[in-house]
Amino acid sequence: MTRSAIELPVTADDRRIARLAALAIGLTLAEAAIPSPIPGVKPGLANIVILLVLLQYGWRAAAWVSVLRLLAGGLLLGSLFAPGFWLAAAGALVSLSVLGLARHLPDRYFGPVSLSVLAAFGHIGGQLALAGIWLLPAAALLKLLPVFAAAALIFGAVNGVIVARLLAGPVSSGRQSGSCTPPSIP
Amino acid sequence: MILRAGDMGVLLLGGGLVAALTVYAWGGDRGDTAVIRAAGQVVKTAPLTHAQSVSIDGPLGTTRIEIEPGRARVAADPSPRQLCVKQGWLTLSGQTALCLPNQVSLEIRGRVPAYDTLGY
Repeated sequence: MTRSAIELPVTADDRRIARLAALAIGLTLAEAAIPSPIPGVKPGLANIVILLVLLQYGWRAAAWVSVLRLLAGGLLLGSLFAPGFWLAAAGALVSLSVLGLARHLPDRYFGPVSLSVLAAFGHIGGQLALAGIWLLPAAALLKLLPVFAAAALIFGAVNGVIVARLLAGPVSSGRQSGSCTPPSIP
Repeated sequence: MILRAGDMGVLLLGGGLVAALTVYAWGGDRGDTAVIRAAGQVVKTAPLTHAQSVSIDGPLGTTRIEIEPGRARVAADPSPRQLCVKQGWLTLSGQTALCLPNQVSLEIRGRVPAYDTLGY
């Protein structure tokens, strides 16, 4: 009955999560090259992947991709377990919790843009909460609050629109009304 | 359909939140320094950056002033009516707590002074 070789059974699910996590990690790395005036203000491109995973494969898969992205991104950028890593971890945790709740919103009215904006606010909220408790005096953070919130709103909305376009698919949906131009996916 | 009805609501709420935070954080002149006086003389000027406690001796006893990031208050005072203690936390430039019986005052200052002088 016992086998000598250790074999880890890999399911199709595992492969898919690994593939999507790799995508998210790639975006994290690409994003790290973009200069930012204030640390913490980033487009959060990897969240596009996480949101897509959430909408297509459920919350569990999204959580896996998020955690894998966090760890591997930390390893590759050399920030694993550094303060910045913990801030990102707190942001990801709150963002995932928010997504876990928000995905139960009726999707007739709330599309990817809502989810993305809420997740972005959760992300920045988690980061700022940890930073306020742990790193910086709250008074210093207070002045930056509007900047972070505005960035979350803008980048969250843009990412949400990208997710919505990607989900719409390359198949031109010539339904009843609206634009007839084929969606161009960047 | 990229934007659904609820999405507009979320975006509007988000915009409202950003506006509210802007007014909260940047509107009004939030103080950055606490000036403590005893018997009219400045005894201590402390930045509102880190928590500390300052004890000042007056004619009635000791007044204890507490400073925290972004705010300060008179935590304890021997005066009979406790007016300066009841004022609570002071955050804005120009706010002052006077403990007249004990001749101690706590004033918050920002970058722009709220007034030139005060006469009692």
